[in-house]
Amino acid sequence: MLNRLNQERIVLLISVILFIGFSVGLDGFLSGGNILSLVQNVSILGILGTGMAIGVIGRGIDLSMVSTMVISVAWMLVMVNDGTNLWVAFGLALGFAVVIGLINGVLIAYVEIPAIFATLAMGVAIYGFGKSFLVGTDVVYLPQGESWFYQIGSGRFLGIPNPVIAFALVALIVHVFLQFSKYGRYNYAIGDNLWTARITGIPVRPVMMLQYVLIAVIALLAGVVIATSVSSMNTRLALSTQVYDVILVVVLGGIGLSGGKGGVRNVIVGTLLIGILLNGMTILNLSYTAQNIFKSIILLAAIVIDTMLNPRDEQTAQHGDI
Amino acid sequence: MAASETWAKWRYRLVPDHALGEILSKNWIDTLIPAFILVLVLIFFGTQMPNFLSAANLNDIGRIYGEYLFIAIGMTIVMMAGGIDLSVGSIFALCNFVSLALINYLELPLILGIPAVIAVGGAVGLINGILIGYLGLRAFLTTLVMLIIVRASVDMLLLDYAMIIGRGFNASLAWEFMALGNIFGIPSSLVAVVVVAVAAHLVLTRFRFGWHLMAVGGSRRSAYNAGIRVKRTVCATYVISGMLCGLASTFYAARLSSASAGVGLGLEVTILTAVVLGGISLGGGRGSIVKAALGTVIIILVQNSLIRMGLMSGASSLVLGSVLLLAVAIDVRWMKNRSKILARSYVSPTYFKLPPLPETAIGSDSPYALNDKLRGVEAIGLGELDGPEDMIFDREDNMYCGSRHGDVIRIFAPDYTRIEVFAHIGGHPLGMAFDARDNLHVCVGGMGLFMIAPDQTVTKLSDETNRSWLSIADDSRLRLADDLDIAPDGRVFFSEATVRYEMYDWMVDALEARGNGRIICYDPKDGSSRTVLPNLQLPNGICVEFEGQSLLYAETWGCRITRYWFDGPRKGQRDVVIANLPGYPDNINRASDGTYWCALCGMRSPVFDLAQRMPGFRRRMVQSVSRDDWLYPNMNTGCVIKFDKDGNVLDVLWDLGGEAHPMITSIREHKGYLYLGGIYNNRIGRYPIPDADPNWTSHDSYWGELT
Repeated sequence: MLNRLNQERIVLLISVILFIGFSVGLDGFLSGGNILSLVQNVSILGILGTGMAIGVIGRGIDLSMVSTMVISVAWMLVMVNDGTNLWVAFGLALGFAVVIGLINGVLIAYVEIPAIFATLAMGVAIYGFGKSFLVGTDVVYLPQGESWFYQIGSGRFLGIPNPVIAFALVALIVHVFLQFSKYGRYNYAIGDNLWTARITGIPVRPVMMLQYVLIAVIALLAGVVIATSVSSMNTRLALSTQVYDVILVVVLGGIGLSGGKGGVRNVIVGTLLIGILLNGMTILNLSYTAQNIFKSIILLAAIVIDTMLNPRDEQTAQHGDI
Repeated sequence: MAASETWAKWRYRLVPDHALGEILSKNWIDTLIPAFILVLVLIFFGTQMPNFLSAANLNDIGRIYGEYLFIAIGMTIVMMAGGIDLSVGSIFALCNFVSLALINYLELPLILGIPAVIAVGGAVGLINGILIGYLGLRAFLTTLVMLIIVRASVDMLLLDYAMIIGRGFNASLAWEFMALGNIFGIPSSLVAVVVVAVAAHLVLTRFRFGWHLMAVGGSRRSAYNAGIRVKRTVCATYVISGMLCGLASTFYAARLSSASAGVGLGLEVTILTAVVLGGISLGGGRGSIVKAALGTVIIILVQNSLIRMGLMSGASSLVLGSVLLLAVAIDVRWMKNRSKILARSYVSPTYFKLPPLPETAIGSDSPYALNDKLRGVEAIGLGELDGPEDMIFDREDNMYCGSRHGDVIRIFAPDYTRIEVFAHIGGHPLGMAFDARDNLHVCVGGMGLFMIAPDQTVTKLSDETNRSWLSIADDSRLRLADDLDIAPDGRVFFSEATVRYEMYDWMVDALEARGNGRIICYDPKDGSSRTVLPNLQLPNGICVEFEGQSLLYAETWGCRITRYWFDGPRKGQRDVVIANLPGYPDNINRASDGTYWCALCGMRSPVFDLAQRMPGFRRRMVQSVSRDDWLYPNMNTGCVIKFDKDGNVLDVLWDLGGEAHPMITSIREHKGYLYLGGIYNNRIGRYPIPDADPNWTSHDSYWGELT
């Protein structure tokens, strides 16, 4: 019985225990409004986590994800506010995200800068670029409109909140991509051992490009959900530590940072735990900074456990793999 | 001579092409990139901003620079051991808070306060160090999480105590000096950081800890296998980084007394950009304090000037992010392609014209005419020897030769079938000679000149000579000691084939046709070595003449044999004995009838002779054709010649078909037989010399018969 416990199941178990514990111990945790907000917040984290999972499985990481999300969506809203057609604006934002994904991909696959480093610098540069040329103000508000587009983040469909449906759709598509498509399987091979994958004849570099383009597009989708649920986009989000929450979700769910392992299911499990935890802490009235410390310590613990369960293989670990 | 050839001759004589490759192979070459960027930055802002270079501005920048450089040095140390420390910004903020609390608010004396602050920084560093060093976590994520935790802690502390701390004030003069003081006009923080930087430089380059650190960064696995305590070394780097953050924060606290939440925000990206721009490699093993200092100067000038030019925060983070990406991209590509660039630019051919190739055809009246005298010579140690470049005999007729495995082999007389390892030195033993007291002197490729006493003890005689002043590459170390001979007074003259290539690349030296080799004299009286004849074209065989005042040396690529007088009335003079050999001469040794033997290890070909006159062609070949397809001199066939002291060729011995002795590198006459060695051969040949003195030995010829 014990040896069938893996990280995914442990985390699921803890989530269930926490959920029961909070339901019994915290007033208002089980109320309809709270569960709704929990699910909504978690959905956004889940969408971002699903994107990040593609990168982590391919032994990469994308720290520029939140910057991409914030700047592309804020730019879209600025354009819509200036009278551009919604779909044209969306198309341009999509193009922007794809270009960022391509730049990330080129830097990582062709220039061979370590992913973690390239995307860190890209995050800073994207934010700087957006603030200098695309978005003037800190907060951009969502204009009023009739299109169903504006309901993505706030409405319901058959009684289910739309963000949850969005998360489910993204998760399903990514799951199908990872499990059944050729390039998804290549992604696992690259994450498992890049050099072996290369020798086998897998187009390693194009697949890595694809990873970062997909991540950027998913970041854009997550941004649309955020903007339509809170009716605005705050660019200062790019300076926050949200991207680490995303990594937390991925690592906690059991996708090893050394790549090649895990799937969308792990992201869902990790999302559940973090969602319940954040919600509980908010109800407990812990300050934002205290929550940050708490989350970080959990992340640290998750990385320690991850390192112990998936020790780095000195033979395949690349030199300079920091 | 055609005009173009005259032009080529002078162009390659006057332009020192080889300097480029030698500069590129220097370790400090990486520093030139940030130095160049710094010059660009200075020119740009110096012309764009009116008071950029004013004393006040420089003093301000210098003060901030001092604070930054502390942290950059810490980051450099961490990165050179293969890690990264992103938590520096938060540690800096925490230590700033602690400084203000202890020194400003509690008014602790500096002698207690500053060490306490440093200890706080070190403690956070220790947590990083334990997690990364001992638990083996990934440095990037761990320090990133640490960044968030410490930052959040500082925010919570500020929330509760910012007001109280802000009211504190320490009136001590030392504290004020740290804030505003100058020593000879140089800001206090800058003076302090220079002291730390010099200490750090010394530790990294001269002390055991620094070497361990570089080893861990260069190759963690090898460092572990070499017995270095990898975990402890890695852990220590984070502690040092934390402590330096603490030290930096005391200067900052003294200067600004600011307890705002913005202190140290984003500092980690700035410092990281600075050191990577300076050329500290991600992944470790490469870097220096000087590079970190250069990178930090660039970043601080750019950042400071952008703020003064009134750019918004968005633009400055765009610049920072782009500069960081560019710096890392240059670093990664440079690291990957450095050896390729070096390989392309290192080989630098020059012009060299040989006289017309002498005739060697069968039946011609040339002294070099082909014959079959070496066919079917007796083989000694067939299949047991590997690379006997030279061989020699002791007074008991035992034979000694080298092997590719780094041994000197002894083969026992009289039947030469029993073989033992006489001494193990480690490098490939090449030329050999006995001195008057029966000590065997050996030139060892890649190592230098060694002596083996009859009781088998090995002594290193020389592995360096005087450095020539104008050489860019350090030519004091011996790369390829080749052959030697001993003068009657005990001085050892030995040749170093080339100073530009290692032993495994010796044939590439032929493509340069430049005098890269030299003859060195080792004097046993004081143990010194001095270069006596520089700039020779692969000097190889050396033989002291019968009169004991001069020596003959062969220049392999020059295809000539020259006499050099080291004693007597003509001391210091040189004259050419044979100017135009049909092949590439190797070792020279005495013959029983007062003449000399010389082995030709390869034969000239018209194609290669022509190529030597076309340096541009050889350069293009090296750059665009793969190494295996380069045109090399022909080393697949050779012969032995006998010549007298006037340069008349008396005899020539060929092995037609070249099955037994394709490349002959050495010959030794002993009691009526001629022994043949080859550096790539698996045997020693034994050829009975017609009409030779059956009692003559070279040992007696040099040192007299035993009485």
